[in-house]
Amino acid sequence: MQWHIIMESLPLYVDGIRTTLVLLFISLASSFVLSVPLAVARVSPNRWLSKPVWFYTYVLRGTPLLVQLFILYHGLAQFEAVRESVLWVAFKNAWFCAWLAFTLNSTAYTTEIFAGALKATAIGEIEAARSYGLSGFKLYSRILLPGALRRALPQYSNEVVGLMHATAIASTVTLVDITRVARDVNANYLLVTESFGVAALIYFVLTFTLVGIFKLLERRFLRHLRPQSSATAT
Amino acid sequence: MLYGYLPAILEGLGLTLKVSASSLAIACVFGLVGATAKLSHSRAARWSAEVYTTLIRGMPELVLMLLIFYGGQIGINKLAESQGWEYIDIPPFFAGVMTIGFIFGAYLTETFRGAILAVPRGQAEAGLAFALSPRVVMWRIVLPQMVRHAIPGFANNWLIMIKASALVSIIGLDDMVHRAGLAAATTRAPFTFYMAVALIYLTLTSISIFVLSRVEARYSVGVRRVEF
Repeated sequence: MQWHIIMESLPLYVDGIRTTLVLLFISLASSFVLSVPLAVARVSPNRWLSKPVWFYTYVLRGTPLLVQLFILYHGLAQFEAVRESVLWVAFKNAWFCAWLAFTLNSTAYTTEIFAGALKATAIGEIEAARSYGLSGFKLYSRILLPGALRRALPQYSNEVVGLMHATAIASTVTLVDITRVARDVNANYLLVTESFGVAALIYFVLTFTLVGIFKLLERRFLRHLRPQSSATAT
Repeated sequence: MLYGYLPAILEGLGLTLKVSASSLAIACVFGLVGATAKLSHSRAARWSAEVYTTLIRGMPELVLMLLIFYGGQIGINKLAESQGWEYIDIPPFFAGVMTIGFIFGAYLTETFRGAILAVPRGQAEAGLAFALSPRVVMWRIVLPQMVRHAIPGFANNWLIMIKASALVSIIGLDDMVHRAGLAAATTRAPFTFYMAVALIYLTLTSISIFVLSRVEARYSVGVRRVEF
């Protein structure tokens, strides 16, 4: 073990952590914003709304993220129309492609999670809301979505951890995240265990931090579902 | 078609399938051992299985793959050196498959553990009461009934694993994605090749979903469905 080299490389790892976290948060934020309306469309009785969303999630969940990222980052350069348009500024940028690939991919999974939670709404809640005169936008924004998003928390936390782990793939398109730093340190010093071990440890700490944050969120938002000593079966 | 690279890509598909299928077999072994360890009476077995699943599930597949793939080779050769054996050259295919199998074994451990717990206790108790040995009870009574409960989780893991097989191109295996990259570099048509690979993956996952739903139906024969 040559820990002094790891100690010297620590600033690089800190930069890598920053890249990983920034990538994670911007992708999470955009996929959340996209997947709430998509989930509403996915459960809609209107087939013209629900089928395209089903198709989108099916295709994005059926192909590897690595290939999706390569299509965006390497693939689009094939077309002169893309290279000569204003979009090229964005698509030749690895940050943009990684963000877009992670957002599109995570939106697909998150949409299915939220749609499942919406479908699990108790029928009585909708009946009660309707009898109070709520419908359309208000029914969704006041009753259906708050309940569904709460119920989705445990599964959503899995998706967030999964996305954090998936960001390691950004290291294949020149982004210097935690994984890339480990690969560089390994390439320079040939210390496999130390270089990747530190990266693995960092990811491990990040995983359990995220899991802990979601435990707190669940305690806050799923308080009504916690088993209680005096509770009777319903 | 595909500038004449179709046969090369299909050969890569062969490797992708071989990697996925062999990893699955290895993952099943690790998963079954892990699940039985977690459900065993031995505290040491429960502990080591717990450490295994927690560690593996807390890290990205790619990092684990790089760590185990490169680190494992070095480790084995250090061991060989200390024992005075000759240098052992581990074939990349074997190393890659063992790595993926080891990683997904941790996920399957949880799937199998839940599925075994879902089999009513009375089934095993009845077997023991008929003087069957615990091993026979496990193989003839518990495991066949566990399959039905394990299929949804198993299907998920298989789909994730097919897609994870794309990562072996990063550790230098000559799979579909790797070949698409080579073909793209010579023809300057990366979109065409990566799109083709994506479509092949989509076909694989679609076939898998179809087959697994049939398997689930087969193992659910005689189970009465809940009606709402």
